[in-house]
Order: sequence, then C-alpha cells, then structure tokens
Amino acid sequence: MEKFRGVDYYGIEELLTEEERMVRDAIRDWVEAEFLPIVAEHHREGTFPTHLIPKLGELGIFGANLKGYGCAGLNNVAYGLIMQELERGDSGLRSCASVQSGLVMYPIYTYGSEAQKERWLPALQRGEAIGCFGLTEPDHGSDPGGMTTRALKKGDSYVLNGTKLWITNGSIADVAVVWAKGDDGEIGGYLVDKGTPGFSTLDIHGKFSMRASITSELSFQDCRIPLENKFPNVTGLRGPLGCLSQARYGIAWGAVGCAMACYDWALQYAQTRVQFGKPIAQFQLVQRKLVWMLTEITKAQLLALQLGRLRDQGTARAQQISMAKMNNVWMALETARMARDIMGAAGIVDEHPVIRHMLNLETVFTYEGTHDIHTLIIGRDITGLSAFGDE
Amino acid sequence: MKILVPIKQVPDTATQVKIGADPKGIDTTGITWIVSPYDEYAVEEALRIKEKRGQGEVVAVTLGSERAKEALRSCLAMGADRALHLSDPAWENADTLTVARALAAVIKQEAPQLVLFGRQAIDDDMGAMPAQVAELLGWPCASWIMEETISDDGKSVRAGRQVEGALDIFNIPLPCVLSAQKGLNEPRYPTLKGIMGAKKKEIKDVKAADLGLAADGAQLLVVALEALPPRPPGRVIPGEPAEAVKELVRSLREDAKAI
Repeated sequence: MEKFRGVDYYGIEELLTEEERMVRDAIRDWVEAEFLPIVAEHHREGTFPTHLIPKLGELGIFGANLKGYGCAGLNNVAYGLIMQELERGDSGLRSCASVQSGLVMYPIYTYGSEAQKERWLPALQRGEAIGCFGLTEPDHGSDPGGMTTRALKKGDSYVLNGTKLWITNGSIADVAVVWAKGDDGEIGGYLVDKGTPGFSTLDIHGKFSMRASITSELSFQDCRIPLENKFPNVTGLRGPLGCLSQARYGIAWGAVGCAMACYDWALQYAQTRVQFGKPIAQFQLVQRKLVWMLTEITKAQLLALQLGRLRDQGTARAQQISMAKMNNVWMALETARMARDIMGAAGIVDEHPVIRHMLNLETVFTYEGTHDIHTLIIGRDITGLSAFGDE
Repeated sequence: MKILVPIKQVPDTATQVKIGADPKGIDTTGITWIVSPYDEYAVEEALRIKEKRGQGEVVAVTLGSERAKEALRSCLAMGADRALHLSDPAWENADTLTVARALAAVIKQEAPQLVLFGRQAIDDDMGAMPAQVAELLGWPCASWIMEETISDDGKSVRAGRQVEGALDIFNIPLPCVLSAQKGLNEPRYPTLKGIMGAKKKEIKDVKAADLGLAADGAQLLVVALEALPPRPPGRVIPGEPAEAVKELVRSLREDAKAI
C-alpha cells in the first residue's frame, strides 16, 4: 500500500493554520514510523505498548490543549487533529491520550487545588505518571447519577467503597480520578494514589475490541485517602460530565482518523484487486461504497473542525459535542464495515488495519455516551422534552 | 559555535511526480512539501552539536519561493534558533551555481564555524551544493559523513565518510563544510511545544541586493522533463521448474546478456 497522504476532498486543508498542519503532520509521521509497525502484534497479544507513553509525553501530546505545567497550550483544532492522527493508528492509542488529557489532567486542571495541580500535572504531561478515570460502575453506565460508590468522611480521611468498571489504563495508573457520592449524597471527585491500601485493580480479558488497550476494574474496600485529595472546586454530575465533553470532542476527531485509514486502505485495495478481468474499483457497487465513505468522511471533517472553532471561541455546547461524537463514530463504524466488505476475505486479517479499526469502533460507538444516549441528549435539547425517564 | 544549515523544500517522498503543463517543471497540485530528508539529518546533527557543547546557534537557511518558509518553520520547530529566507526575483530560475553563490554570500555575512548540508536534495538529486559552496568559500569539505566529533577547542572536526566497507576518517580545520549521509543520526520529531515556539522565532527575508549580488543568468537551463518510456512487460517462462530454469539462464545469458 502507498504511504497515507490524508483524505481531503473539499480543500479543508486550507481551513487549517500552518501551525495546525504542522502539529498534524508531526503526529502523523510519528504514528507512521513508531506506532503502526508494532500495533498489529500488540492487538494480537492484547497489550498496550506502554513503553511509548514517555515518548507521547516528550512529544507533548498529554494535556496539549492546557496551559502551563509544561503543557503545549494548543488550540482545540490542533488538539483534535492530534486525536485524529492517533486514532488513525489505533483507537487504543487515542484512548490512552484521551483519558490522560481529557479525563485526568483536565479535571485536575479545572477542579483541582493548586497542590493537586503541582503534584500531578507536570508528571502526567511528561508521561512519567499515568492516570485513569473512574465513573462507570458495573450497574451504572448510561446513568452515572445512580452510582453507588461512596466517599464518606471519617476523621482526617475519606473512606471509599465501591467498584468502577471499564476503566482504561486502570491497572497501570499512578493516580485514579474517582467519582463518588459523599455524606450529603452529592457527587465529588477524589484522587486515589496507586498502592493506597484498599484500592485494587483487575484487568478485563476476553475483549474482541480495543485489544491494544488496557481496560480494568477498580475496586475500593475501606480505602482511606487524605482529605486534601478531594477536588475542592466541583460538586455534582457536572464534574464528570465536564470531563466527558473534553473526551467526546477528541473522539469526534479520532473517529475521522479511523475512517480515513479504512477508506484509504479500501480504495487502494479496490484499485489493485482484479476480478472478472478488471480492478474491482471499476464495479458500480464498489464505487458506490467508496463514494459513500468519502462523502461521510468529508461531512465529519467539517463537523469536527467547526466544533473545534466553536470551542476555541468558547461557545461550543455539550449538545453540539454530542452530535459530533454521535455522527462521526457512526460514520466511522459504517466506513470500517464497508471497507471490510470491499476487501472480502483479506478484510478479516490483521495484515490490514481495517478489521482492527472496525472492532475497535464497536467500543467507541457505545463508550463515552452511547450513540443512543447522544441522540436523546440532542432530542431533549431541540424538543425541551427528556426521553430519559427522569423528568 | 554558530552552525548554518542550508535546507531545501522538496515534494514528499510518497509523491507520484507528474510532468507539468509547462514541461520544464512538475505539476505541483496536491503535492505535500517537506524538508528534504538528508537536510533533516543535517539539522539534527547541528542541534546535537549545540546541545553537546551547551551553547551555540543553529541557523537554517533556504533559497526558494514563499512556500519554502514552511520548511524553515519545520526546522525552527525541531529546535533551530532562527532562519534566513533567500527570496528574490533575481533567483527565479537559479541554477546550482547561482544558488551556491547566494549561499556562499550569506555564509560570509553570517560567518558560522560550520556549514552542514544534506548530501543532496531528493527532488533533482543534483548533489552539487556542498562542494560548490565550499569551493566558492575556499573552505574544506567532507561529503556524505556518517559521524562527526568537534574538538573541545572548537577548532577542528573529525569526520567519518562512508566508503565501501569502511569509514574514511578526516581531521578538518574549522570553518568547513560537511554534508550528511543517511545514518548520521535519527532526526527528532518536532515536539508540540517546539511547533508552538517556532512561530515566535525569526525568519529573516534576504534579497539579492542584501548580499551584494546582481541577477546573473543561469548557465544551466532545464530544457524539458521527459517521462521514462513504459517498462516492457515481463515474460513468464512456462514448463517444469528444471526446464524453465534452463531457459531462464539461457535467456539471461543470450537475450539479456545479464550474466
């Protein structure tokens, strides 16, 4: 296959600044040279290339859109382009960066005390420390407000009890951002250090998706943490939901990266695969699929880009982020499935990236707010009527 | 130590080059432009010399269109301190000697202790620049180097050139010109902070008059680019392997005269 040269049918390149293009190209080159040659093996083994984490830190990927504490201070579009390029590599790679940046560094930066920021942000930025985010529970996924994890004050400590599930990087994290209900029943954020007595992790095995990513369960049994480990500046569900807006924004871009990888691969395959004496790209049904993919990718690129510009202006709404996450992941999953289809049997082996992306996207379709939940968030926004059964 | 690195912006290595409507040049639509890979080795080596010595200045320079500024910006993102952009209508159709004269003039003004080139630009593969510039300056030149060590007193460099199965080691007094071969180092990726910092660094525009140069006509003119004739189709030799190999050897010997 030819070297990946991006997908740009609408001159969207011209809507980017020189700096944004340089950021994208730097990450694209890095993923091409350092990550793509090893990803299939990690996917097969079900491991994440943890040795790359300090390198991601050195490049400046973690917390790239935050200011200070060693962070690069990029705008949201450049940050989105980074996510796009990482996910062209693998959804697991983007997830690692998303969690560290959007779900760990962002809440510490936004809700944390100065001491918490000083302690964690520089180390997380350099990739010397790894973080994870504990919101989802075994019995509370789409409805996080029903969480049962408790952080009750006892003397000079909070005592945590409960279980968090589907936690990316859980078992390798040096610090966990854990959301739990306090004595007043209000949700608060707590920082739990690795190795705190009563805090244990267990990796989830048997995954058919996100194989090159660590997914864990976090368990808290009378786990005592100091009072200063609670976020001072946030109460209620808006804390974790604010983080999710960050991560969902990154996913909206990341999905475009997956789709571009699958489309580019399928196009090249169709142009060279000969059946009935001609390249299969010459058949109308194959052309229809390729055109559908390119059209949807182009629309998704514009959606992500304008969302980034709105975020840079400070006017993006959570419901707009829901639309981009919902649409872009859906179109990426459909694109991956069509690419798999075009490639026939070759589409199912890991010599090609398509099946890996397709399986990963099954996860991305339902995590960080399922496709359906995002639909209902937008539905509530435009009708003023909630379909969640809570009102 | 001041180190000057002349670089060139070239089409990305994956570009499928097409001859343009004007057959003297290529069709540039849709081309991604990059810093010529050998020049990246030169930039990387210059940065390493500066870092190792704990002080110094790395200056990237290019002669080219407005677009070539992007290549300079990439060098600044890698860590170069500042850049010079030689751009003037007088250099529009410059041949190698004209470019070499411009570079030699800017080098005289900047007075670096070391000039580090890539061994050649990967677009026209001319490879003339290091030697021509060194000649115009009257400086020693070692090309295609695989390693270098600057002496502690900063007065000379020990450079190793790749030759068949060995390294050719030179001790060269500074100032001098070196050109980088692949394998000299592994160029770094620009960091995001480096990219953010690059826009604050200076890219100075330099005109021919600033260097005391007048427009002198190019002596080397491109007449036309011609596509290579299409490759003739391969030949399949049928039959049992033992027989087919005999025929293959015969054909290589008698028809192709390859063995």
